[in-house]
Amino acid sequence: MEQLLILLIFLPVVGALVTAFTGNAAKHVALVFAVASLALTAVVAGQFIPDASTQFVVNLPWIQDLGIHFHAGIDGISLITVLLTNVLVPIIILASYQHNYKSPAGFFALILFMQAGLLVVFTAMDAFLFYIGWEAALIPIYFICAIWGGKDRIKVNMKFFVYTIAGSLFMLLGIIYLYLQNPAHNFDIQAFYQLHLDPVQQGWIFWSFFIAFAIKMPIFPFHTWQPDTYTEAPAAGTMLLSGIMLKMGIYGVIRWLLPIVPAGVQEWGNTVIVLSIIGIVYASLIAFKQKDAKRLIAYSSIAHVGLISAGIFALNTQGMQGAMIQMLSHGVNVIGLFFVLDIIFSRVKTNTIAELGGIAKSAPKLAIAFLIIVLGTVALPGTNGFIGEFLLLIGIYQYNIWAVVFAGLTVIFGAVYMFRLYQNIMLGKTNDLTAGFADIKGTEQIVLVIICTLIIVLGVYPKPILHLSEASVQQLLEQVNQKLTSVK
Amino acid sequence: MNNLTQTLQGVPLNHYIWLSAIIFTIGVMGVLTRRNAIVIFMSVELMLNAVNLLLTAFSVHSNDPSGQVFVFFIMALAAAEVAVGLSIIVMVYRNTQSTDINVLNRLKW
Amino acid sequence: MINLVWLVPLIPLLGFIINGLGRNTLSKNLIGFIGSSVIFISFVISIGIFLALGNDAVKSHEVFLFDWISAGSLKIPVSFLVDPLSSIMLLIITGIGFLIHVYSIGYMHDDEGFGKFFSYLNLFIFFMLLLVLGSNYIVMFIGWEGVGLCSYLLIGFWFTNSSYATAAKKAFVMNRIGDLGFLIAVFLIFTTFGSVEFSKIFPLAGNMLPGNSTIALIALLLFVGACGKSAQIPLFTWLPDAMAGPTPVSALIHAATMVTAGIYMIARSNVLFDLAPVVQHLIAIIGLATAVMGALVALTQTDIKKVLAYSTVSQLGYMFLGLGVGAYNGSFFHVITHAFFKALLFLCAGSVIHAMHHEQDMRHMGGLRKKLPVTFLTMLIGTIAISGLPPFSGFFSKDEILSHVYEYNKVMWAIGVFTAFLTAFYMFRMLFLTFFGKYRGTHHAEEKIHESPKSMTIPLIVLAVLSAIGGAIGIPESLGGSHWLSHWLAPVIQHHGEAPDHATEYILMAVSVVGVLISIAFAYSKYVKQNHVPVADEGQRSALAKLSYHKFYVDEIYDTLIRKPLDAISVFFYKVFDKKIIDGIVNGLGWSTSEASKGVRLLQSGNVGFYIFMMVVGIISLLLYTYLSL
Repeated sequence: MEQLLILLIFLPVVGALVTAFTGNAAKHVALVFAVASLALTAVVAGQFIPDASTQFVVNLPWIQDLGIHFHAGIDGISLITVLLTNVLVPIIILASYQHNYKSPAGFFALILFMQAGLLVVFTAMDAFLFYIGWEAALIPIYFICAIWGGKDRIKVNMKFFVYTIAGSLFMLLGIIYLYLQNPAHNFDIQAFYQLHLDPVQQGWIFWSFFIAFAIKMPIFPFHTWQPDTYTEAPAAGTMLLSGIMLKMGIYGVIRWLLPIVPAGVQEWGNTVIVLSIIGIVYASLIAFKQKDAKRLIAYSSIAHVGLISAGIFALNTQGMQGAMIQMLSHGVNVIGLFFVLDIIFSRVKTNTIAELGGIAKSAPKLAIAFLIIVLGTVALPGTNGFIGEFLLLIGIYQYNIWAVVFAGLTVIFGAVYMFRLYQNIMLGKTNDLTAGFADIKGTEQIVLVIICTLIIVLGVYPKPILHLSEASVQQLLEQVNQKLTSVK
Repeated sequence: MNNLTQTLQGVPLNHYIWLSAIIFTIGVMGVLTRRNAIVIFMSVELMLNAVNLLLTAFSVHSNDPSGQVFVFFIMALAAAEVAVGLSIIVMVYRNTQSTDINVLNRLKW
Repeated sequence: MINLVWLVPLIPLLGFIINGLGRNTLSKNLIGFIGSSVIFISFVISIGIFLALGNDAVKSHEVFLFDWISAGSLKIPVSFLVDPLSSIMLLIITGIGFLIHVYSIGYMHDDEGFGKFFSYLNLFIFFMLLLVLGSNYIVMFIGWEGVGLCSYLLIGFWFTNSSYATAAKKAFVMNRIGDLGFLIAVFLIFTTFGSVEFSKIFPLAGNMLPGNSTIALIALLLFVGACGKSAQIPLFTWLPDAMAGPTPVSALIHAATMVTAGIYMIARSNVLFDLAPVVQHLIAIIGLATAVMGALVALTQTDIKKVLAYSTVSQLGYMFLGLGVGAYNGSFFHVITHAFFKALLFLCAGSVIHAMHHEQDMRHMGGLRKKLPVTFLTMLIGTIAISGLPPFSGFFSKDEILSHVYEYNKVMWAIGVFTAFLTAFYMFRMLFLTFFGKYRGTHHAEEKIHESPKSMTIPLIVLAVLSAIGGAIGIPESLGGSHWLSHWLAPVIQHHGEAPDHATEYILMAVSVVGVLISIAFAYSKYVKQNHVPVADEGQRSALAKLSYHKFYVDEIYDTLIRKPLDAISVFFYKVFDKKIIDGIVNGLGWSTSEASKGVRLLQSGNVGFYIFMMVVGIISLLLYTYLSL
């Protein structure tokens, strides 16, 4: 069993190394490895027993003097994020097929390398390993954005990199503090769960971790790196960032924040929910008048993530389960949106909304796919977005009815800005730029069909996914509550 | 040999300390005030030797030979250092026709 | 038979998939045939279910399909509820839906988006059926938002016209405002009753006392949802704009079925609303206000579809008025009759528009009676029905609502009856302007005018018959009937509003009939005898007419009060708050670091003597520190 997880983590590493030496055939090699990872994930998911236990555990001594282990495992929560990563990476690679990137070998190798880093983050049961994965995932995306990005890439990338690194430094401090407090002197997550810290300590640890996670997600007011980076990064980079990487922050909150410092969460959770809800309204409002489509989606992503974060901090099963499924849904949807924008950009070399229009006339297939993705994003019932948003809102509702009134504005605002976007890009009369717009074909069509299928299947029959994580989520919440009562 | 040790131990430790302190201070002052690289170099040697003297004195005083072993290490190290240092100074002289350290102020900001 | 209910929505869904995939490859005849026949099959099954339910002693059947969402104590199955209320809705949706599909074959025949149109229509029927069949609020909500989507797609069907696309977006967004209310109501229901299933909620609610504030809040929020979907004040402005869609869509979605979803939902939740008299009062007031406003605006409109749209708003207001006074039966009765005659009127308007080659302005019509005899006759029937003259269907349902209102509040009744007079006036105004007098267009266009094909006129005739005799299902006891509908609905709607005694009822009927006849006569004298034609857009109008013609400027008010401020806030947030303040702080941190380093780097003078001096100072101070701290 444990070999399976090692294989799962290291297959992308091997893939990256192989891909790096394959020159122009890199995209095919990378795709093969990504699909192999996906197949492996399917095996793992198939063997996974949906209870609260951590399975496929690997625990190898690594740096023994410091009590560092290569300790990884998969429970329901991890499985969702692993699924997310390994489903989305092949899609992203396939979505990059249409581009002729310079030195493709490096590009695709970096994507696979990043995949490995993400898998480490999502399966690590050792804080040191988690941190290594956390930073390791950042390096490839830095190069992807810095080498293949738009014209402002260096400046924007610098900000992104420094911002996230600064955040993770706080987390490192927190981890070291916990390590020093831990009588067993190791980084094991279970040992961290058992620690008895007083509320003041917990408050400090809470913020040291939370800032790292909040920057990654990002939560208002730590979000300003994100629209710039999404706009300047190459399409694949934007998809990796928005589809998968921001889930690192969400996952971190669930795995490394709630159970370790429940008293801190109890004290500061309200603040976070308020920030999240401000973020929802604020980012939605900003999205209203964006001129650049990519930037609009970036702000909409901030709003969606704010909802997820508020749902998590509501600390109930519905909110948490909503967050789990919304992580998947948001990943699929946002990748779909950015891919559509990428297709448009590759045809007409602009993502400025005012210059577009009437594309539906010349590209009906693209219009349908785009519409389905938009519907998923605005959480129409029957699409994946609804399941998550509904559960999240009902979770937030149980926290506070006013919170849900404001958080629920996303239902209205989301419709406003997404349909404005759709209308201004796809509907209306064609102009000189869009008149000869070619409809989707080949890999573009495959990618969009996959995405649209995921959107509808997840929306109509979400039960298998919800079932995977339910036991783990409930155990986690119990753990938090138990610890809270024991502190009192 | 025994005699020598006894003679040396006859001199009170304080004298050694004072002497080496004086030599060390001369070395420090030399380094601080002189601008000629070679003189500075010599002053550094002076400081090293002041320390050597102290080490030897304590070694004899407490009958522990490891202090003197240290001294040998330091001497060997100093020799190596001199070799490198002097060659740098020679190179500097060849390039600037001077051994004044104030000429070497380009390594900044 | 009842267990086959899942087939009813499934078959239209299949139609949607087949037509959607084959929209470019299948022939138009085949698409039209598939699109209509799936609805017809559903209709046949619905009849079967209706009959089976009639013979069954148990009046409520739940058909479980599969578990949809479950998280903790929240369990939401996809399951259907077959009871008198939903079974009758099934008949209306599939029945009228089928007729409109048939009509569309003729109406849309020359449109390049023929396949797309039919697939959307089928999808709409699917969602509408989900809405009425859902056995819990969430399945209802799927349908609720799904029909909103179809409405969006069909309003924006001719999307290359950007004002149509804007109308579609407006409809969706306004519906969404209501949907948020609905959604929060569902959350409240879940936390109050621990379930979202009708079969669990209503018995529990039955044990509660009226005036419970939580229930009142639930009812209020549900009503907000209904306002959005059923175009009540303040969320009604999307419906007139929705006329941008093809006319069969206006008939099916924006008159007969979707817009009545709010009434269906409130009738379904009547147990909850009965517990919240305050909310009921509010519903009555808003319903009445909407009815009056819709009628006043309809008086001066010149676009034939706009007249009908505002008339729909007004009629929906009536239904809400009925719901507010507790006359659930009356309101639901009006839903049915309205579905008949309003679908008929829209289809007739469509037939006129089709004949006039997409001219909708009544100022360019006139004298079409001879050219379009079938359309004229059927439209006449529809107009009489909506005006409320016996024995046509509208008379019975409107009368039932008004008599309950009379018992509830006399002033409201007076306003309601006055609105009925207005209705008769503007409807006959429309009829006279279109079919009487002389043709006002160009001679060239006049020659092209032709009666619509059979596929369009046959649905008109069927609907005309239904509009004429549809009232039979609810003839009140005072007129010797037995009110079959209220008996049929009795298992779902136990409580009825107060009805006046027979003598009062006769007087009320007489008042309204006489008033309506006077209104018609007035319209006749103005638009037929005096040949009055509404002035051009820029022409002189009295202040009141101007107010009415410009729809009370509600759109403009919303624009100034909501849209523009929000857009301004958006720009402010982005340009000032986000870029200057937040990003300013972030960039400021980086900037101050680099500025500080500019100062500190001066220490790095390159002077070796200075370095050594600093080193010595450092060593000495370290020594001092150790010495002092000992």
